[in-house]
Amino acid sequence: MGFCMSVRDVLSPFTAWKNLFLDPVTIRDPLNDRPGAARYRGFHQNDVGRCIGCGTCETICQNGAIDMVPAEGIETKQGDSGLRPRIDYGRCCWCALCVDVCMTGSLTMSNAYKWVESDPDLFRFTPGVDRKYWDDAERGYRRPEDHRLTPRERAHMGEMAPEARIGSFDEIVHGYSIEQARLEADRCVACGLCVATCPAHMAIPDYIAAVRDGDYERGLRLLYDTNPFSQICGRICTHRCETTCAARHEGDPIAIRWLKRHICDQIPHEKYLEIVGKPAPATGKRVAIVGAGPAGLTAAFDLAKQGHSVTVFEALDKPGGMTRWGIPEYRLPYDIIDREVAVIRSLGVDIRCNQRIGRDISLKSLRNGHDAVLITLGLQLGRSTRIPGSDHADVRKSVDLLRQARACEDFGTPRQAVVIGGGNVAMDIARTLARLQKLAYGEVRVTVTALEDFAHFLADPEEVKEAGEEGILILDARGPQQVVVEDGKVVGLRTWRVKAIFDEQGRFAPSYDETDEQFHPGEMVVESIGQMTDTALLGDALSEQLAWNRGRLQVDLGGRTSESWLWAAGDMVRGPDVVSAVADGHRVAASIHAALNPMKERQ
Amino acid sequence: MAYQPDRSQYPARRPDGLSRHPASRDTSTALCVGSLDIDLASGKYLKLWQGPNHPGITGNMSLELTVCGDEVVEGKTHVGYLHRGFEKLMERRTFIQCFPIVCRICVPEPDFNEYCYAAAVEELAGIQSPERADWIRTLILEMGRINSYLMYLGGQAGAFGLGVIGQWTTYVRDLMLDRFEELSGARIYHMFILPGGVRDGLPDGFEQRMEETLVEIERVMSDVLDVMFRNAVFKKRAVGLGYIDPALIEPYGVTGPPARAAGVAKDVRKDQPYLVYPQLDFEPVTGADSDVYTRADVRRRDLLMSIDLVRQILARMPKEGPLMAKIPNVLHWKIPRGETYIRGECSRGEYGYYLVTDGSGYPRRVNVRGPSYTHAMALMERLIVNCNIADVAGLLVSLHTYPPEIER
Ligand code: SF4
Ligand code: SF4
Repeated sequence: MGFCMSVRDVLSPFTAWKNLFLDPVTIRDPLNDRPGAARYRGFHQNDVGRCIGCGTCETICQNGAIDMVPAEGIETKQGDSGLRPRIDYGRCCWCALCVDVCMTGSLTMSNAYKWVESDPDLFRFTPGVDRKYWDDAERGYRRPEDHRLTPRERAHMGEMAPEARIGSFDEIVHGYSIEQARLEADRCVACGLCVATCPAHMAIPDYIAAVRDGDYERGLRLLYDTNPFSQICGRICTHRCETTCAARHEGDPIAIRWLKRHICDQIPHEKYLEIVGKPAPATGKRVAIVGAGPAGLTAAFDLAKQGHSVTVFEALDKPGGMTRWGIPEYRLPYDIIDREVAVIRSLGVDIRCNQRIGRDISLKSLRNGHDAVLITLGLQLGRSTRIPGSDHADVRKSVDLLRQARACEDFGTPRQAVVIGGGNVAMDIARTLARLQKLAYGEVRVTVTALEDFAHFLADPEEVKEAGEEGILILDARGPQQVVVEDGKVVGLRTWRVKAIFDEQGRFAPSYDETDEQFHPGEMVVESIGQMTDTALLGDALSEQLAWNRGRLQVDLGGRTSESWLWAAGDMVRGPDVVSAVADGHRVAASIHAALNPMKERQ
Repeated sequence: MAYQPDRSQYPARRPDGLSRHPASRDTSTALCVGSLDIDLASGKYLKLWQGPNHPGITGNMSLELTVCGDEVVEGKTHVGYLHRGFEKLMERRTFIQCFPIVCRICVPEPDFNEYCYAAAVEELAGIQSPERADWIRTLILEMGRINSYLMYLGGQAGAFGLGVIGQWTTYVRDLMLDRFEELSGARIYHMFILPGGVRDGLPDGFEQRMEETLVEIERVMSDVLDVMFRNAVFKKRAVGLGYIDPALIEPYGVTGPPARAAGVAKDVRKDQPYLVYPQLDFEPVTGADSDVYTRADVRRRDLLMSIDLVRQILARMPKEGPLMAKIPNVLHWKIPRGETYIRGECSRGEYGYYLVTDGSGYPRRVNVRGPSYTHAMALMERLIVNCNIADVAGLLVSLHTYPPEIER
């Protein structure tokens, strides 16, 4: 290329004139919309029915364009904060990080980009709630499949193989390693929906953050702030929190329970007492608690920390209540309970075993010797199906059998057994029997017949899966009709297929298909259909005085009965699960504390 | 007191001695000017401000010119009119939250920010972006380069009064923006390359539509060749103007087309290959004369090379495979202590991100190295001496500067 100018350089520019004959390209018809591309990041849409108000979109927005606000017609409920994202288009930069991170996939963007308004405030709106013309636009940015900003899969939890675990009562799950726990804790988006769901309102996102930071002492302190049964709950909690976890909508819920267990496992037992702290100076008030289960011991823990002198009376020979007598060892090793109780004892709580009311002590004497009495009797009577044959001695209640199994009593392990019931307790007893059978006879022959079908099963899916792996036959939608007895011996159970469990009014009234009858052989039938409180323990005179509500002891919000000196808590008034009992223990302790310190409370 | 500029560093005479540009007549006076007092009260000199809002200035910066007649005897560059403090803002944002910010650091060619930032984060976090994502990243960067050059050509021609070129290049740039829109969901701020990979794959039929766009760009580029580069007016003004001595390339940190037009084949895509450039066939485009005309021509040919690269990428890239690496939960992504510098060849030269992390969830320091900083400030102050006032705009545009990227 030279610098010499040529004639061509003078003429060539005139070729531009040829464009005169081309159609103009830059004019677009302003009246007809040019739709944005299929992926266009235009105005937001939100499927508010699917949105759970977790606020993760708000967290990620670097412009602070999103506020979570209450929305007309949207209720706060379990797993839904009731809030919805409101977006300020004075701030938004249409980066779509909110769409990418949305935990439910409810938040999307339309391909609309034209919006004219005279009032600038209107550009702050709640998509999906404030209706817009683009609400139903089908095109626009959606988070691509596989494009996630938060990991979806749960960190792997090691557990014993079915063949290994069926031969013993050893704990099945190994617990997380520090690495696994960090990975799992990393997935949490800290929305806090779980906190509202947890009966004890544990500070879940905070202790998960402690796992992320590797600060286990902080984690343990947070756990014991709300739950003195953290070690136990870390293993056997019904983890309702995980059912409302935001992560469950597009992946696995965070393994909240396992993370709790992980924190507990990381701290040596000696350190617990140091971390949990010392009780307040003695107040001189005395509280008696009947029943050393989670509710009673939680109340004891709280009251002792507040400086009251607490004595717990337990009927059986060891404290722990249902956690000790109702939960198989493969889920909750004994030493965990012992350690938990030791923490509570270290606060000065006096736990006296083998003290059954009505036999060794009387409520009257407790009343006289204490400023307040709390009863936490639990649910220790099994309910019966009352079907023909159910009065036979080899028709047992799961609650009794579990207690005997835990106490290592020999109740004559049947070679073949049938369990009636579909809840977690039914799984517990079936799996306990399976282990005993394996140990005694080398083979598992347990059938579980549940009223519910698999779609509405009561037991946790993992329990059902593990039971199946252990060789237990689980049959759904079977209604028990008769325990068949031949020559004075139980030989099995006859069932019909369940058509519906509830009638049209929603009352419990199962209807059956009688043509679908089955016989399940077994020399023992175990009923596992629910438990109740042995109210006879209260004694006739006191029962007379107390107010009842449909067979249940009537209590106020703080657990106080109609008798001002007597409180009740735990499974007998609410429940039944450990963490609900813990929550109830806190509630009742607060009520008792307030009653013992009327002045302080008023200040 | 009279103002006494230090002119000892300025060249007395253009080394080629060939230039027919009016400024060449004054090379001897350049030395004289250096030794002269610039006494504004003398009436011989005049202060002239060009910018910050001036059609001859790209974006918001300003030139403080001291002129003698219509000749610039001294020019000072002033920036700071567009300061938005991005680097500082990023220190208070999590790693993912920086992603929507970075593209704003350079409006006409935002993708380099996205790429450099993502690559820096990935390096420090020990993450490897998937192969398919790397191809798409390369594709986006080349698409962005084409767009950037199209915008430049319009500006360069416009600075010399050739308005029609800008209309044509804007038209084809718009077609390319359509491709960006369907690929990334946005026309200007694409926000598509994020730490870990890219958001999505190519939409259906993208290759076909891209080919049509490329053909149209090629057609327009051949018109541009006829009307702009084979144009007596453009040649008269651009040839010989703004000569950069090859010896200045190193000391002034000149990169990109200004360096290549001086015959120095600097191109990060070749010198320190990144993404999938090692798998593509290309040779850096160079020129010899190092003036405004040559720089424009190098860019024109580089644009045509980018068209070829886009074709190569679309033909060779994998159609299947992951687009995002496994990344931790971005809401509390902490990156271990470390520092890195990631560079790439943008349309204007070397673009780089220096990122320091301290183990927390926020960048400790981000420093963006844009070529405009060196080109438009130091180099411009040197080149402007002896320039005719009417040529200042054409000279500045020929350095292809984007002030937003000076002001980070
Ligand atoms: S698109 Fe980006 S800026 Fe807009 S609300 Fe969502 S996260 Fe915030
Ligand atoms: S992240 Fe999604 S589900 Fe959660 S509040 Fe925002 S829009 Fe609703």
